[in-house]
Amino acid sequence: MSDIAERVKKIVVEHLGVEEGKVTDTASFIDDLGADSLDTVELVMAFEEEFGIEIPDDAAEKILTVKDAIDFISSKQG
Amino acid sequence: MRRVVITGLGLVTPLGTGVEHSWKQLLDGKSGIRAIDTFDVSDLPAKIGGMVPRGDGTNGTFNPDLTVPTKDQKKMDDFIIYGVAAAAEAVKDSGWEPQTEEDRERTGVMIGSGIGGLSSIYETSLLLAEKGPRRISPFFIPSALINLVSGHVSIIHGFKGPNHSAVTACSTGAHAIGDAARLIMWDDCDVMVAGGAEAAINRLGVAGFAAARALSTGFNETPERASRPYDKDRDGFVMGEGAGVVVLEELEHAKARGAKIYAEVVGYGLSGDAHHITAPADDGNGGYRSMAMALKRAGMTPADIDYVNAHGTSTPLGDLIELGAVKRLFGDDLSGASMSSTKSATGHLLGAAGAIEAIFSVLAIRDQQVPPTLNLDNPSDECAGVDLVPHKSKKRRVRAALSNSFGFGGTNASLIVKEYTGS
Repeated sequence: MSDIAERVKKIVVEHLGVEEGKVTDTASFIDDLGADSLDTVELVMAFEEEFGIEIPDDAAEKILTVKDAIDFISSKQG
Repeated sequence: MRRVVITGLGLVTPLGTGVEHSWKQLLDGKSGIRAIDTFDVSDLPAKIGGMVPRGDGTNGTFNPDLTVPTKDQKKMDDFIIYGVAAAAEAVKDSGWEPQTEEDRERTGVMIGSGIGGLSSIYETSLLLAEKGPRRISPFFIPSALINLVSGHVSIIHGFKGPNHSAVTACSTGAHAIGDAARLIMWDDCDVMVAGGAEAAINRLGVAGFAAARALSTGFNETPERASRPYDKDRDGFVMGEGAGVVVLEELEHAKARGAKIYAEVVGYGLSGDAHHITAPADDGNGGYRSMAMALKRAGMTPADIDYVNAHGTSTPLGDLIELGAVKRLFGDDLSGASMSSTKSATGHLLGAAGAIEAIFSVLAIRDQQVPPTLNLDNPSDECAGVDLVPHKSKKRRVRAALSNSFGFGGTNASLIVKEYTGS
């Protein structure tokens, strides 16, 4: 779980170019981290690649915060 | 008709980044052509190009991080990054910083490209074949679209006026500047950021131009000698990359804010060959009419032109046809003018060529010095009596300069810039 959280946060930092400290569990990609809709598409792709999973579009639409991403990936890998 | 002057310049070329650096290298007779080392050329007939020198940003090297935040670079093909960098230099040079909403709405952008994001298209195609559609970046399309240079420049600087883009192969840069000037003349805006950008030196681009038999292939071991317009041994053009951008401004607008004025855009001519998709018509009629139209618009005669920046790409056919058209138009007046091809130093920047060459023409007026045609060791017989400024730049009187750009599809554009003397 913590491993997943760390890897998720690392991807967010790299792709959005934000400081590590801002990437808290509750941070919203769009409202808090400056992402636009295309950035979030790319983030989901990066998660898929990193964790070797597929995130369907309807699930991807619900991944709005860092915690949403961690929870979804954990459920897939659990 | 409202008058249009040039108040800002920006360059990213194979000779280096920044107007003063590129210009000095050009006047010093330096070449920007070298062996391609960024991808495999072992099976390509042409193995050289005019690549923008990369580095930390000092000494004329190009550092994309100084222009675009790292996280945003994946949203832009290199042609966009070059265009954004040249535009930033030109805008800063002009000192134009719109403070009001009206000023922003009266400032537009028209930066074109001949090919656009070919590298992005090429690499994404490979990715699609290998990994399927789910791996395609959402930034692929906006990184490849030609008008996204204009889009990014408007977003970065807040310019809300006409947002447009020219696409006419190797005439793009000249058409962009000419058409942007007209938008100002027609009072659609007061300021236009205009020019061209290109970055097509990749396996697909080189293979494509080589297949069209357009590229030099005989000088792979001596890259600096490959681009040799008007020389008997020329055997095709050398691909270059980069961007040239100018700030065009309505004369009274520029004067009112005390802007530095480099030159006035007085003439613009354009025509079509209606002949062939890649070859120019033998009689050079399209180029002739383009130049004649620019002179007419300027209210000038050939005797008023002191410098011709030739299209001169170093192809066996194209150089002679252009020379013939210039001779026909100028007649005896050509003996009083100098004509050179700066592609001998930069290679052919395709959609950016017309813009960087318009800038070199402006600088020739500013410094009263014309840049050389490199590698002109044995001029073709037809060159007799024409001052092609071989090897070394030359100090001379330059009142006005004419810059030619001709492109695939038989499209021709000519620009005339004139020194601004305050009246």
